[in-house]
Amino acid sequence: MKDTRFAKVLIFVNSLIPLGLLLWDTYRKQVGANPLEFVTRTTGMLTIVFLLLSMAITPLRRITGANWLVNFRRMLGLYAFFYGFLHLMTYVSFDRFFKFKTIPGDVAQRPFIAVGMLTFFLMVPLAITSTNQMVKKLGGKRWSQLHKLTYLAGVGGVLHYWMLVKSDTRIPLTFGFVLLVLLGYRLVINYVPANRAVPSLFPKS
Amino acid sequence: MSRKVEDKIRSSEITDYKVYLNRRNFMRGAALAASAAATTFLYRQLNPPPAELPQGQQIETVTTRPDDDLAKSGFKVNEKLTPLEDVTNYNNFYEFSTDKREVAAAAKGFVTRPWSVEVGGLVNKPRVFDLDELMKFEQEERVYRFRCVEGWSMVIPWVGFPLAKLLEKVEPTSPARYLSFQTLHDPRRLPNQRTTVLGWPYVEGLRLDEALHPLAILATGLYGQVLPPQDGAPIRLVVPWKYGFKSIKSIVKINLVAAQPPTTWSREGPAEYGFYSNVNPHVDHPRWSQATEHRIGEFLGRPTLMFNGYAEQVAHLYEGMDLRVNF
Repeated sequence: MKDTRFAKVLIFVNSLIPLGLLLWDTYRKQVGANPLEFVTRTTGMLTIVFLLLSMAITPLRRITGANWLVNFRRMLGLYAFFYGFLHLMTYVSFDRFFKFKTIPGDVAQRPFIAVGMLTFFLMVPLAITSTNQMVKKLGGKRWSQLHKLTYLAGVGGVLHYWMLVKSDTRIPLTFGFVLLVLLGYRLVINYVPANRAVPSLFPKS
Repeated sequence: MSRKVEDKIRSSEITDYKVYLNRRNFMRGAALAASAAATTFLYRQLNPPPAELPQGQQIETVTTRPDDDLAKSGFKVNEKLTPLEDVTNYNNFYEFSTDKREVAAAAKGFVTRPWSVEVGGLVNKPRVFDLDELMKFEQEERVYRFRCVEGWSMVIPWVGFPLAKLLEKVEPTSPARYLSFQTLHDPRRLPNQRTTVLGWPYVEGLRLDEALHPLAILATGLYGQVLPPQDGAPIRLVVPWKYGFKSIKSIVKINLVAAQPPTTWSREGPAEYGFYSNVNPHVDHPRWSQATEHRIGEFLGRPTLMFNGYAEQVAHLYEGMDLRVNF
């Protein structure tokens, strides 16, 4: 794709559409009986979706050779952070109603919240170091080491979701499966040497 | 070389720069609009709007009692009713969908006639009740709080009759100590029974003295009309002092038994859901607190009441029991 700038605009706008619809539906009171739960769930889902999308870039690039895809990775990652921030804010502002003192107790009682918070805080340094300047400052190697935290954030996000459902684990397990594929691909690429000689079934005599 | 090529193209054939830009902008605009429409469509598919309000048949003769009587008995709580729209669009009914917002659409068109409830086991007069016979019991309005184990609550004007009235007809024998209830098992009509999200059919249970309590009713309607499918049509249990999942829906079988019967959720998660499952703000769910609840339609949380506010009426049933053990 030659027109990278326009493609970025395209992704930027489309990534904002879910938020727009969510706000619009909330304004029209079309978010169901439990708006708080709906907003929390939707922003949470979007966080995981964008995390997985950002993690899909590298495998897609490698497989299809479409190197231009890397241009969108940062934006997808930042959207994951953005929706994660909205998700956390929904919890802090509405579920806890800014009663910050009640948060530690609630976190202790609901371990999935602790996992979710930890996941969000893992994304903070990634968002901070997402600028070109920071890449230069850190140096490519250190930067990419730091950004391996994304994998941990992916695991945390899926775990957080899986822990909170009552019995129907199909959606979190689907996310988990996608995550497993994305991480598994990296394992295979990095730790299984290419063109490895096929070991003989029979010992050499 | 390049000069030659340039020479071959007549200047009249070169697209005007403005037209070129316009076309480009037009294509961009189209791509943007198309992708935005696709994203919106995808979002709407994943988040369908609430279903229309049910236009159920009205239940003709609903008895109402004098107000004094109602307040003391707990038959009518004096709190704001949860709108019908929310009562019918926010349902836990895993036989249709595990998404509370999708149950209404999935349950649309659920056929509830003919319907019969088989009552048997340790009784003198086992009997199969046709739905019409069940509707002949004196139907009363009961306005109850409804507290889900997930932490949300509603206030619902049910129509129904005391379970005790039904038990009178079948005459439980003296070894009968418990009731076991069963939901319809028919994957063609309850499509999510094709999955294994729960062990089917859904079963629930009550102790006989709990079942005989005047607050325990078999509901046949709400808001004056017959039960909408998503709320457990055509007949369901309502035990207002227990978490919502005890109030089993779309009942086809009631058995009187001697030993405590298995119940679906305690079989799924014995550490999380007990047989009694009385609403209790002091005994937390292992994964979340039960001290407060979110009343549907309200903004701030409110404290959860012991036995869901029915302590005065039902606490004596559990005298001497450790409610932390018998949760």
